[in-house]
Amino acid sequence: MYPRSFEYVAAASLDEALSALADNPGAKVMTGGMSLIPLMKLRLFSPSLVVDIGRVPGLDAIDDSGDQLAIGALVRHAATASSDAVKSGAAALAQAAALTGDVQVRNRGTTCGAIAHADIAADQTAAVLALGATMVAKSTSGEREIAAADFFVDTLTSALEPDEILVEVRVPKTGAGSGSAYGKLGRRGGQSDYAVAGAAAVVTMDGGNVAAASVALTGVGTKPTLAAGVAEALVGTDGSAEAVAGAAGRATEGVTVLEDLYGSEEYKSHLAQVYAARAINAAIAAAT
Amino acid sequence: MQVTMTVNGREVSGDVEPRTLLVHFIRENLRLTGTHVGCETSYCGACTIQVDGNAVKSCTMLAVQADGATVKTVEGLADGDQLHAVQEGFWERHGLQCGYCTPGMLMSAASLLEQNASPSEDEIRHAIEGNLCRCTGYHNIVRSIEYAAAKLRGEEPAPPDWTLDFEGVS
Repeated sequence: MYPRSFEYVAAASLDEALSALADNPGAKVMTGGMSLIPLMKLRLFSPSLVVDIGRVPGLDAIDDSGDQLAIGALVRHAATASSDAVKSGAAALAQAAALTGDVQVRNRGTTCGAIAHADIAADQTAAVLALGATMVAKSTSGEREIAAADFFVDTLTSALEPDEILVEVRVPKTGAGSGSAYGKLGRRGGQSDYAVAGAAAVVTMDGGNVAAASVALTGVGTKPTLAAGVAEALVGTDGSAEAVAGAAGRATEGVTVLEDLYGSEEYKSHLAQVYAARAINAAIAAAT
Repeated sequence: MQVTMTVNGREVSGDVEPRTLLVHFIRENLRLTGTHVGCETSYCGACTIQVDGNAVKSCTMLAVQADGATVKTVEGLADGDQLHAVQEGFWERHGLQCGYCTPGMLMSAASLLEQNASPSEDEIRHAIEGNLCRCTGYHNIVRSIEYAAAKLRGEEPAPPDWTLDFEGVS
């Protein structure tokens, strides 16, 4: 299975990559290629030019600036999953990265790539949404920041312009009294493969009560979505199993649940509640 | 485009189209046909090789992406006639039937044992999550990798968990 013919440039610098994108409408940026190459092989997508940023220096670091983590465009899933800084400061993202694809995919694919690809059933999309991350996009005309809540537009569609590269994801670290977690049912059972339904939760506890909460779903709708109703119902409760279960009941409020090969609308709605509750319980456990 | 890489310790070059997949460069240009092409959609893992020390699926990588890389294929596992411990394990614990998935399984297993000398059964099963076998039910593959892990640690592998007792069979 060969892709259609395309031109290829291995960019030596970010500027070279940005210029190539700006000068060639129909060009597509690639890092690991774990999403792009299968799409090209299936001929669902045939860019005229592939701009490979896999060798651009300086984009492969996870920087910890105290209250936030900056994950560069070339940081692979395996590195995000095993990073002590991510595991302690943004556990939901580390857990989601550890459940992305399989070993071989995690060795090639990147956190930023998975986020930019915006698959409806990806894992790390829900984590960055719940954690309130900021996407840093660059083009030849400059740099802009996009809040995660504004980044996921629709199925396989992000707020990135065709000439922009997601160069970094900035994730606020969960501090004292806060915790985060991610979990899913995978398409191959257990937690393997894409999410049939998954949820990320971030919870801040104060004096035995939930002071703040953020919950995001993946796999169930047309894009990763914040479950605002769940967070609203959770805040102010004692975070008991009953309170969490009650709040999680609002998981799919305002979400168009998509029936697919892996489950009916009813089943996936049920899973969304189950995994929202599990993620919240795990986040509370991590916070206390 | 011209690509140069080190494959199983040997520097090789070739002229490829950008769309040439690494697995095809390995099989067709280098004639190293141990690496198999299975699903071609990055699910089955039969094409698993190591690039710069990490297990990757060579059907989902362009040959041009491997320019300058160090590649190891299943042909690079054995040391002359001396089988690698994972190859010996698959031999001793009957880790294959048809053999189609085996090159990928061996490369994933070898990669796991380079990073984790004493994996639990659970860790072994997760490490081969990206490799599908349609014959064995994975049981003997897991035992084979446990055998290899023990050998690499310098320990005596556990005896096989099957019994072949033909006494009394007429």
